[in-house]
Amino acid sequence: MKYSFLSLALNGLSHHRKWKPAWNSPAPKKQYDVVIVGGGGHGLATAYYLARFHGIKNVAVVEKGWIGGGNTGRNTTLIRSNYLLRANALFYEWSLKLWEGLSKELNYNVMFSQRGVLNLAHSDAQRDAYVRRGNAMRVNGIDAQWLDLDQVRKMVPLLECGDRARYPVVGGLLQKRGGVARHDAVAWGYARAASALGVDILQNCECLAIRREGGRVTGLDTSSGFIGAGKVGIAVAGHTSQVAAMAGIRLPIESHVLQACVSEPVKPVIDTVVTYGAGHFYMSQSDKGELVMGGDLDFYNSYSQRGNLPILEHAIACAIQMFPFISRLRMMRHWGGIMDMTMDGSPIISKTPVRNFYINGGWCYGGFKATPASGWVFAHTIAKDEPHELNRDFNLDRFERGYTIDEKGSGPVPSAQ
Amino acid sequence: MLLITCPFCGPRNHTEFRYGSDASVSRPADGAPESEWFDYVYMRDNPKGEHEEYWQHALGCRGWIKVCRDTVTHDITEVSFASGHIVQGRQ
Repeated sequence: MKYSFLSLALNGLSHHRKWKPAWNSPAPKKQYDVVIVGGGGHGLATAYYLARFHGIKNVAVVEKGWIGGGNTGRNTTLIRSNYLLRANALFYEWSLKLWEGLSKELNYNVMFSQRGVLNLAHSDAQRDAYVRRGNAMRVNGIDAQWLDLDQVRKMVPLLECGDRARYPVVGGLLQKRGGVARHDAVAWGYARAASALGVDILQNCECLAIRREGGRVTGLDTSSGFIGAGKVGIAVAGHTSQVAAMAGIRLPIESHVLQACVSEPVKPVIDTVVTYGAGHFYMSQSDKGELVMGGDLDFYNSYSQRGNLPILEHAIACAIQMFPFISRLRMMRHWGGIMDMTMDGSPIISKTPVRNFYINGGWCYGGFKATPASGWVFAHTIAKDEPHELNRDFNLDRFERGYTIDEKGSGPVPSAQ
Repeated sequence: MLLITCPFCGPRNHTEFRYGSDASVSRPADGAPESEWFDYVYMRDNPKGEHEEYWQHALGCRGWIKVCRDTVTHDITEVSFASGHIVQGRQ
């Protein structure tokens, strides 16, 4: 059923007791043309675009838990395309454009709010670097704007802009079209739209092994039995190394834990996304009023989905530098998610040495904003058996060939990306 | 919080240490083929479970140590100087 004012009103007549589930949960078939491992935003978007634009409707998404219960539900929902390097800039800009029409495309409100993303600068050198990045963005057709201190102060009145701060703010790079979205709605919206096109969404169905024969994948052994597959694509975030290893593939990836937290809800205090420039920290305010905060990795390999207090303390110290009033708020929730950190900080969306096996991973901590474009190019890569022009540079072989996409220039150190 | 038993300084908070990543990879000989260098620089097993890794006691004795830590439970089972003898760490 199409969601509309009319459907809402009609269901109101029956006291909202007759809404149908948003997606079907069928029993697995014996064989699919394509099986996607991982029912987060990326996997579901891939399945949706396969059915929508490539005419491949015999598709299953297998998910070990519930859809959107992994990193889709653990991120801080930021969306932006403020990248320096061309491959990243064009890819994330296409993603941002898809976000702009996503609620309409899916007939599902993903609550995309273009409230702007402001990167603060605290020194002359940082200002120069940001202006350079802003110029690079504009060359690539992306909106970017340099704000001086007065403009920053006007835009974020509660920000500590005085010259007595340890790291006084000198200005900021603003991408006005950036913002946030409702992360669960993205998974649910793609699931509902994909299901309507005939995609089978198989929850509580864990991929345990990948069967191969003569350099090809034949299917998956799952917790619901064997599922045959013409092609297999994986979009499993922190466990990319594990699932790829089932197909005999070793990757340039380390898994690390990234923490985030929210404060108790308060009245509106910040209507944009602000990132701190003198430490790794960013903050926005959710529609419920919670301040949503994130910072650095814990810097050591981890699969534990929980982090350590010293890193959290560092993040909160940055928060208090920016917004001193935060010191009087209570923290409400705190959690960790597992990031598949690549050696250059950019994702891998690629064919592999196994002929009908495809990888979508290595999202480091930038996966959420990429969801629509990731699904878009991954569906193309699987359907056509060749990369889309937007993910050609995100090939797995770039490391061996020496064509890494190292946005920060930090070298092959995953925890430094 | 991780408690790492430095073989020289004893049990210390992990915030005194700097993480030095996977210790199971070893540096190829100077004249080794490029594929070996590629493996060494980029490829990782990234295990879910026991992981051999280097740490440097940056705010202590500054020694490099090799730690065997579980990446799920964070249990540290072995600590040794990076170059030698294994001592028993936290169980």
